[in-house]
Amino acid sequence: MRERLAQIPKPMRENLITFGIVVVAFIVMQILISLNMLSHLMTGLLVPLCVYVIMAVSLNLTVGILGELSLGHAGFMCLGAFAGAFFTKVMENVITFSLFRFILAILIGALVAGVFGLLIGLPVLRFRGDYLAIVTLAFGEIIKNIINALFVGLDDKGFHFSLRDSLSLGMGEEGRVIINGAQGIVGMPRDSTFLIGTILVIITLFIVLNLINSRDGRAIMSIRDNLIASESVGIDVTRYKLMAFTISAALAGVAGVLYSHNLNSVQATPRNFGFNMSIMILVFVVLGGIGNIRGSIIAAVVLTVLPEVLRGISDQRMLIYSVILIVMMIFNWSPKVLEWREKHSLKEWLSRLRKRKAKV
Amino acid sequence: MNFISFLINGLSLGSIYAIIALGYTMVYGIAKMLNFAHGDVIMVGAFTVFWGVSMQGFDPFLSLLLSITICIILGVTIEFIAYRPLRGAASKLVVLITAIGVSYFLQNLALLIFGASTKSFTSIVPFGPVRLFDGQIIISSETLVTFAACLIIMTSLTLFIHKTKPGQAMLAVAEDKDAAQLMGINVNGTITLTFAIGSGLAAIAGVLLCSAYPVISPYTGAMPGIKAFIAAVFGGIGSIPGALIGGLLLGVIEILGRAYISTQLSDVIVFMVLIIVLLVKPTGLLGRKLQEKV
Amino acid sequence: MSLLKVNNLSISFGGLRAVDQFNINVEKGQLYGLIGPNGAGKTTVFNLLTGVYRPNEGIVYLDGKDITNKKTMDISKEGVGRTFQNIRLFKKLSVLDNVKVGLHNRYHYNSAAGILRLPKYHRIEKEMNEEAYRLLSVFDLVGEAQMAAGNLPYGKQRKLEIARTMATNPKLLLLDEPAAGMNPNETKELMDTIKFVRDEFAMTILLIEHDMKLVAGICEELTVLNFGKILVSGKTSLVLADSRVITAYLGED
Repeated sequence: MRERLAQIPKPMRENLITFGIVVVAFIVMQILISLNMLSHLMTGLLVPLCVYVIMAVSLNLTVGILGELSLGHAGFMCLGAFAGAFFTKVMENVITFSLFRFILAILIGALVAGVFGLLIGLPVLRFRGDYLAIVTLAFGEIIKNIINALFVGLDDKGFHFSLRDSLSLGMGEEGRVIINGAQGIVGMPRDSTFLIGTILVIITLFIVLNLINSRDGRAIMSIRDNLIASESVGIDVTRYKLMAFTISAALAGVAGVLYSHNLNSVQATPRNFGFNMSIMILVFVVLGGIGNIRGSIIAAVVLTVLPEVLRGISDQRMLIYSVILIVMMIFNWSPKVLEWREKHSLKEWLSRLRKRKAKV
Repeated sequence: MNFISFLINGLSLGSIYAIIALGYTMVYGIAKMLNFAHGDVIMVGAFTVFWGVSMQGFDPFLSLLLSITICIILGVTIEFIAYRPLRGAASKLVVLITAIGVSYFLQNLALLIFGASTKSFTSIVPFGPVRLFDGQIIISSETLVTFAACLIIMTSLTLFIHKTKPGQAMLAVAEDKDAAQLMGINVNGTITLTFAIGSGLAAIAGVLLCSAYPVISPYTGAMPGIKAFIAAVFGGIGSIPGALIGGLLLGVIEILGRAYISTQLSDVIVFMVLIIVLLVKPTGLLGRKLQEKV
Repeated sequence: MSLLKVNNLSISFGGLRAVDQFNINVEKGQLYGLIGPNGAGKTTVFNLLTGVYRPNEGIVYLDGKDITNKKTMDISKEGVGRTFQNIRLFKKLSVLDNVKVGLHNRYHYNSAAGILRLPKYHRIEKEMNEEAYRLLSVFDLVGEAQMAAGNLPYGKQRKLEIARTMATNPKLLLLDEPAAGMNPNETKELMDTIKFVRDEFAMTILLIEHDMKLVAGICEELTVLNFGKILVSGKTSLVLADSRVITAYLGED
């Protein structure tokens, strides 16, 4: 058995471990639920956990693999959440098989978020660094604010749109408002389950990990490591930047659908889809290790569950996160600290010890 | 007449953006980083005055001085602890993410101390509004003070940069850090000074902002901070007159947009301005271009 | 027949003529040197040839085809490969993957095949690995294949950069100061590698160099650039003996 494991190439072995962790975590949770050992609060947290994991893994594709900072990831989640929820509301009485309807909603959420990712990425991915960060933040806020002001109704004549109020939709008497401005979409069937969430996490991981270990993934990472060299060996930089950004957006859309179908009603508020959410997901990615997919999963889970378990510190939690974030950045990236770590690393210490022994 | 009132309100808000944008643009020009936490320094400045005036009953002017002092210390400390160790780091993302961490830290610290609820802020301007054209146009005292403050700050900062030695050092460091170092300029000291000035101005901007829109919460600084950064980009990052022009234009666009297009979509309009400016003229109105050396 | 033919190539940066009326004619299979003092505009010529900069005037022909205003990416596809003065590797990728990025445009499967791990993925990846290992063995890098490129010792990083460029199957190889920062031993080894590449792959090579010994040892023809202009061109031995070249390098008395 061990020999056969050793035969599998290293990246694939790493991936199998990652999938294994997710499956084992799912089974453990299911056992805890069946034994009634999970608090009401924790049970309620299971689907959001899947949402955050998908968000963190997909953002890591942009930040860690493509190497560009996006601060508008929650905007794509918002698009997915509303596109999926809109579809579900319209089809509520047409498709009654809820699982089938939900799968379609997920695909639509991914498609809408992905298309917007492509449309936004096309003009903005020529920016780099700080500018890209602020432009993605701007797009995230634009999406959230427009959806927050959007009214969509349906009557026998078709769909009606407005950015003012529900009255100006000008619908017939039997018409119904589906997206009601700041009130959002109400009366959602709650189709999301922990099982579906876990399956979506696994699909997300499958897509992202296989992408990384492929021809396209290498091209994307080469852009991250050295854009000019990448162009010089003939990589189509624009195309691969767009590819990474679009896939990342589409997966955030999936997370959004899962999110909106876990609620009775969904609104676009600064708290759930604003840049604070984008930044919280970024915190997961950074603390899990930029470019480390498994790290993103673990950070998203630990940082969501821990404060709920330790209720006492929940007020201080964001404060503590921010301190950890700053300290981690300095510890991992400061040139002086890196030099110091090099000098005082365990390896260096051992080799010095060995040299001293040799002398004696 | 309504239009003129809106215009004045827009210029007033724009003046505040301009003062905040100065902090962004100077730090960006000199330390080549986006100080995401700058907006939250504004909030700290405003809270200090809130604490002084509303909770301790201090004199408003004294509270303002206290606020400026605290923000200067805060800005310099942030630079020293969080940003300086990362100078010369392999990736530019690193400093930006750290700045986001600092921003989060300040917001959540304020949240712990003052709570999440929005509080009403007592204006520190001691006199009443001015009425023009038989009261058809009312200019609030806060607006007048804001205009005056903006004018004084812009003039003195321009004089400082062009007429004094530390100001010249700032220009040199902005142009080429390594060359400035070789010329014997204290680069670290210059960057510290830049943060000090930017943060002191942020305190003033915070107090003006909360006097004009008399509420305060831990998140007060975040959105104006981002908008002021947009103003800085609009005017051309690194340029002081650019910050003024960008700030004023953005303020006017926001208020007119709110008045004539949609209240809910006024932020959308502001963000659209950023995107359009960057697509059409990435260097902003008065900015210069930078290119990577191959 | 000439593989690279450049006519009157010029570019200015803010009024300064960085490269002025540059002409060159490199024959197939030739090892050609471009030398000159610091700031003479040598790297700028490379940046013009590879589309990093657009020339103000002039034409570049590769194998008879005009490639003057093409994008960097397309010039690579046309068959111009280059290395950089300050080595530009994909530092976090493995040595093997660096070469496989170089192979990118020679081996194709679509994204779906990659993500879904279709048979085509496995087949093409296998071919890519074989080709990459073949190149790595040429450059004596097989032992380091799984190492992160950024962790290689300096001399091996230079070699890997050449290997990565060779993976794109270029017709013309541009080497920008390949011996920069190397000790005499490493330089000697590098000279052998360059000669080997030329013979093994029948490659045409244009190289920028500072190290006169290296140039004299391997280049058949030289062009000397000074202040953006061509000073002398011709057979290596003649150029190196030219008094103008000596003055440009050592300064006037």
